[in-house]
Amino acid sequence: MTSIRDSYEAVIGLEVHAQMLTKSKAYSSDINEYGARPNTHVSSITLGHPGTLPKMNKKTIEFAIKLGLALNCKIASHQHFARKNYFYPDLPKGYQITQDTTPICTGGFVDVKLEDGVVKRIGITRIHMEEDAGKSIHDVDVYDTLVDLNRAGTPLLEIVTEPDMRSADEAYAYLTEIRQLVRYLDICDGNMEEGSLRCDANISVRKKGAEAFGTKVEVKNMNSIRNVHRAISHEIDRQIEVLETGGALSQETRSFDAASGTTSSMRTKEAANDYRYFPEPDLAPLFVSQEQIEAVKQEMPVLPKELFEKYTTELKLSDYDANILIITKAFALYFEEVIAQTKNYKGAANWMIGEVRSYLNQQGKDIEDFPLEPKSIAELVNLIDSGKISHSAASQGLFPEMIAFPEVHPEELANKLNLIQDSDEDSIKGFIQTVIEQNASEVLRYQSGEKQLVGFFMGQLMKASKGKADPKAANKLMREMLDNAK
Amino acid sequence: MEITDELIDHIAHLSRLSFDGVERVNIKKDMENMISFMGQLSEIDTEGVEPLVFMSTEFNVLREDIPLTSMSHEEALLNAPKKDTDYFRIPKVLSK
Repeated sequence: MTSIRDSYEAVIGLEVHAQMLTKSKAYSSDINEYGARPNTHVSSITLGHPGTLPKMNKKTIEFAIKLGLALNCKIASHQHFARKNYFYPDLPKGYQITQDTTPICTGGFVDVKLEDGVVKRIGITRIHMEEDAGKSIHDVDVYDTLVDLNRAGTPLLEIVTEPDMRSADEAYAYLTEIRQLVRYLDICDGNMEEGSLRCDANISVRKKGAEAFGTKVEVKNMNSIRNVHRAISHEIDRQIEVLETGGALSQETRSFDAASGTTSSMRTKEAANDYRYFPEPDLAPLFVSQEQIEAVKQEMPVLPKELFEKYTTELKLSDYDANILIITKAFALYFEEVIAQTKNYKGAANWMIGEVRSYLNQQGKDIEDFPLEPKSIAELVNLIDSGKISHSAASQGLFPEMIAFPEVHPEELANKLNLIQDSDEDSIKGFIQTVIEQNASEVLRYQSGEKQLVGFFMGQLMKASKGKADPKAANKLMREMLDNAK
Repeated sequence: MEITDELIDHIAHLSRLSFDGVERVNIKKDMENMISFMGQLSEIDTEGVEPLVFMSTEFNVLREDIPLTSMSHEEALLNAPKKDTDYFRIPKVLSK
């Protein structure tokens, strides 16, 4: 099977729907919020009552431009909306307001880094603004379908890629990138479990080297990035198997079942013109000026890619470290504040990636809930750098104490805990002299070549100084004094 | 444009309607009349004329992103033929 599978390649395009984090809905002022009591965030517009007129939310345009710029798209100056007509109970108007022929963003791309370090460019065909439908609940009542229209009219950005992906891994990397991006831009919370970020995959397979695309299947209902990966892997295998056993694929929509990891047919695709798109006469056309685009550009937040560049080239951190630091915007911004107050970037990164992150993981908290100010972490790093406290004393003694008393200055706490180490040369020399005098036979063995005994002497020194001698300074002095001891 | 039985069936399906027997004959006749009436428009020479999509010259009619509750939960459900305390209830549309 391996060799047969290797003679095929998959062609994958993704459609991502991102619910925008606006306060109100796309074309009406209803509250845009997840998880409220059913049918409380509705209005006559959302319910599709006769005679009502939609009015466009200004913010959605700004959000769309932000994303378009981040994905290197061209922003259309003239746009209008369209009606996409279909009958379904959670779509009270009988049509979805969307953009058909004039999407706000076109022709972009995003570079994603795959696990093996290879960078793959994925084309963005278009991004357009539209509205979400309500929610139908089929599995609660035996006889009825329950309809909640709170979600109806929620502003969406639909992001459509070129069929550029060739594997489930590439789709996974792309989605991870998009989720990180919308979160950095503060335009969507990226929560796939709650459905605020959704992904449909168009998948086909063809013999390697073939020009023509195979029959395309659309897969839906994947509520995590991992499930998108599972669904695509399964669907590729299924299609190859159908073709290899002499079967034919049909253009259809399939649903992913997370429990079994398989896909099953939902419906065969109806003809493309069934939606009978036509221009939405109730919404005035849009004009986006170059000034408006420039204004959004000025307000663009720092993007993960830029931070990665900065950390790896300017701060000379490893790719691994940089990737962890930029996972969320809040974590990266915290680190930014730390390094504004210490020049030891690697030290600061180690603390963030080590102690800070493991504390957050243990507590199940986000950096937003971390009790310490970035300044405190910077001071901690500086205390270690100046030799006032050892790394182990900082990590095991001072750090937990700082979290318990976040308002106390770290150095003051270290003093109180008696953790400040001795880096005064004369005082360390005194301890070393005592150790040398008490271990005369070991000194002789050291001098006759058993250099590994330095570890023994350091141990004795730490005992004598009650662990407070600065090991870096002490080690150097110890060697000098052992060599010269008589 | 020819109105075929297939076209009638297709449009009826999209509208979740069904026409049989004499009803279908009548609707077909009606549609043929309408199409031929509208067909007069194709006698006009529109060569080089940009399609007119919007009658108004207004653009960017926008509102600020300010949420507003304009209708209570009870009002929203008021006219529904079937409902419970939370939801609109409709005949099952998906059978598993």
